Amino acid sequence: MADYSLKDLEYWDARIREKVDELGLDCFPQEFEVCDYGQMLGYMAYSGMPSHYPHWSYGKAYEKLKTLYDYGVSGLPYEMVINSNPALAYLMRDNSLCLQILTIAHVYGHNDFFKNNFTFKSTRPEFTIGGFKAHADRIRRYADTPSIGLEKVENLLDAAHALALQCRRNLAVKKLTEDQERDRLVAVATPRVDPFQRIHRRQEFVEPDLRKVPPTPDEDLLLFIRDHNPFLQEWEKDLLTVVHEETEYFIPQIETKIMNEGWASFFHKRILESLELPQDLHLEFLVRHNQVVRPIPGSLNPYHLGLRMWEDIERRGDTPTPDERESIPRGKTGRNLLFETREVDRDVSFIRRWLDERLMRDLDLFRYEPKGDDLVITDVSDDTGWQQVKETLLKNIGMGGVPVIRVEDADYNHNRTLFLGHAHDGRDLQLEYAEKSLGYLHRLWGRDVTLETVVNGKRTFLTFGERGFSAKAAK
Amino acid sequence: MSRTIESIFRPFSPSDAERSDRSAGDRARHRLKVRESIRENIADIIAEESIIGKDRDKVIKVPIRGIREYKFVYGDNAPGVGQGTGESQNGQVVGRVKQPGKSGEDKAGDQPGTDYYETDVTLEELIDIMFEDLELPDLERKALRQLESFRVAKRKGYRAVGIRVRLDKRRTARERVRRKLATARVARARDDATSTAAVQVPQAGERRFPFHDDDLVYRHMIMDVKKESNAVVMCIMDTSGSMDTMKKYLARSFFFLLFQFICTKYRNVEIVFIAHHTEANEVTEDEFFHKGESGGTFISSGFNKALEITQARYHPSLWNIYAFHCSDGDNFDSDNPAALRAAKELADVCNLFGYGEIKPLGSRYYESSMLNIFRRLEADNFQTVLIERKEDIWPSFKAFLARDRGRDQ
Repeated sequence: MADYSLKDLEYWDARIREKVDELGLDCFPQEFEVCDYGQMLGYMAYSGMPSHYPHWSYGKAYEKLKTLYDYGVSGLPYEMVINSNPALAYLMRDNSLCLQILTIAHVYGHNDFFKNNFTFKSTRPEFTIGGFKAHADRIRRYADTPSIGLEKVENLLDAAHALALQCRRNLAVKKLTEDQERDRLVAVATPRVDPFQRIHRRQEFVEPDLRKVPPTPDEDLLLFIRDHNPFLQEWEKDLLTVVHEETEYFIPQIETKIMNEGWASFFHKRILESLELPQDLHLEFLVRHNQVVRPIPGSLNPYHLGLRMWEDIERRGDTPTPDERESIPRGKTGRNLLFETREVDRDVSFIRRWLDERLMRDLDLFRYEPKGDDLVITDVSDDTGWQQVKETLLKNIGMGGVPVIRVEDADYNHNRTLFLGHAHDGRDLQLEYAEKSLGYLHRLWGRDVTLETVVNGKRTFLTFGERGFSAKAAK
Repeated sequence: MSRTIESIFRPFSPSDAERSDRSAGDRARHRLKVRESIRENIADIIAEESIIGKDRDKVIKVPIRGIREYKFVYGDNAPGVGQGTGESQNGQVVGRVKQPGKSGEDKAGDQPGTDYYETDVTLEELIDIMFEDLELPDLERKALRQLESFRVAKRKGYRAVGIRVRLDKRRTARERVRRKLATARVARARDDATSTAAVQVPQAGERRFPFHDDDLVYRHMIMDVKKESNAVVMCIMDTSGSMDTMKKYLARSFFFLLFQFICTKYRNVEIVFIAHHTEANEVTEDEFFHKGESGGTFISSGFNKALEITQARYHPSLWNIYAFHCSDGDNFDSDNPAALRAAKELADVCNLFGYGEIKPLGSRYYESSMLNIFRRLEADNFQTVLIERKEDIWPSFKAFLARDRGRDQ
């Protein structure tokens, strides 16, 4: 078993914290919990939460993780840290001392990121654990209530989970109420006072349709259904709220995966290099570090991409090339750039701002497309192709992997059909999945639902109603 | 030491670890869903080649489709970005399109393929689920035909009367000794009472003390009716030239199901393979499925062979007989009357007798068919089925079992 004691961990932790201070990281208080592999699998299946509502999908996640682990397909992650105040991290008992040291350092990187990145401002970390616990308690109570029962709760959760990611992506932008939306529409439509109106052509006033629900397309499907389906019971509305809130909690993590992992890797490397580890630990550290941040040919390792980008940002601040010098504000050091960026960017803006042609060529990024059964490279990061590659990358990261689907009209054709629009960006929906998801949507809405999308270049309406699913191409 | 950050270590607690199997409930629900999903897709699953001919306790992988977590995702025309090793070029193939439903590595969690996975079940479990699906209440409630087979005599105590051969000599002798001692004691007591020392009790060895009717002890026997459940599955298959691999595979799936089903109902199940073309032979399983023969077909030969084996080894009074014949229906016309006659005879001795005509889709439809001929056979335990593709196996199997004569008894 372990070749170290808790004392060792505390000793190294104290030394790491010294370095963390020196480096200027700004962290929540940190708790570490030592657990065994069964517990670790449990935490992973429930997104790290000490308390979480039950649903069979977590049992499935557990079984899958366990199978992968038992067959050695994938190792357990060294660390798991959740965004809360105090931050909570799990250390696996069976890991070697070196791995624990690496993990502790890595955890402080995430901790700093959670505390300072702007996307996490909406997550209210001091309530994380209590909030999840309260959700769990409530849902368990519904499942125990004789008039509701596990079956009904589970069915509703199935539907809610299917639609959970269909929500607003940028939580830093405040959501307006419907009344505020209408006011805004009126304000936009009202012609501005024009001191030169005599000589200008008169602006035409287009009356906004204020009776429409929603006034502007709404991305929060679960919330929209909760607020506009009068036949839902209170407990059903509550479940929708719970699922929505938990999803909102995780969105910042989805939106900053590359930055966050890169940041933590950048600092665990710094810290461990400055710790003056004994030689055997140091050698193991090099091996482990490389396992984590190595590039994976054919796919994209966020640890690798993030680390390389952070290193490049620091270099730009400290020793910019003549071209770059102009774009960097005077007097900024690499350190300034690092800490500013970790505060104000999310993956999309991070990559848009900091991933340039030179770095892309270094990383040998390419864009591929399916051709027949094969994935074929269409562009590589050269003079002509790098922009294409970058655009594709921007589409795929963070919440970019989730199609944008918005409620356009809750009373389509005046028969309460829910009409939704898919903002098609060249990528078609997977139809089988769309059909099933519309089925869930129909279950929650209680009436027909129609989704407008594009299939093979043709505008298509997918409808799910009483008689099931149908697809119709637009004329 | 540290000025700003605080940290706490919570040590490992084994008792917490033991109590912390928090996912147990959700795993059980998931398992239930898997079972439901298997039940729904049972027709597909049993048509998978891999499960045929496996041992009952073998673990098999069953593809699960019903428990995917659906959400809106992009289809497979979506481009992506990857990282190369430094020499990536346009036109280079870097991978294959992931088909929904094919297992893939879980990367982003938003790919359709990732929700698919295979689950391990033992064949036994699968068969349980399969026969749950059968919904044949008659079969479930009553055991299939049980035969009052072995009338064995069983000892049950002793009696004073009986037939000579059941005389228990040992116990009889003991009874005699007992009586003798008792007689002696009675005599002594009487002597004491009359109190004349001069009168001598006769010595035991001096006088004869013969067996008496009262001494005789017979073993008592009762008849024991033993309900024996023996079954034999007769697999009869046309192995003439026209039966190709695909047809044999379909036949094999059917036989497999039949055998597994019979095994769940009877304690002692045997299986007989009869291969026939113009003449029939009893063969091993391997030969049955893999050895091709050439030439024409006399279906009657297979039935006659089955009857012969039945008479010799599996007498209908002791065995439940399940016979199933698979053929592509290509019989010599001259043999048809004989085949019908033999089929009638076989139906009389069997619990259940079936004929499955295997015509994979795309095979020539104008080929002669035995279905019309067997339609003339009037027996309530006879069933013909037509199997055109893998998916037909399960429905035909159900139809076949519905005819079981055993359920009426």
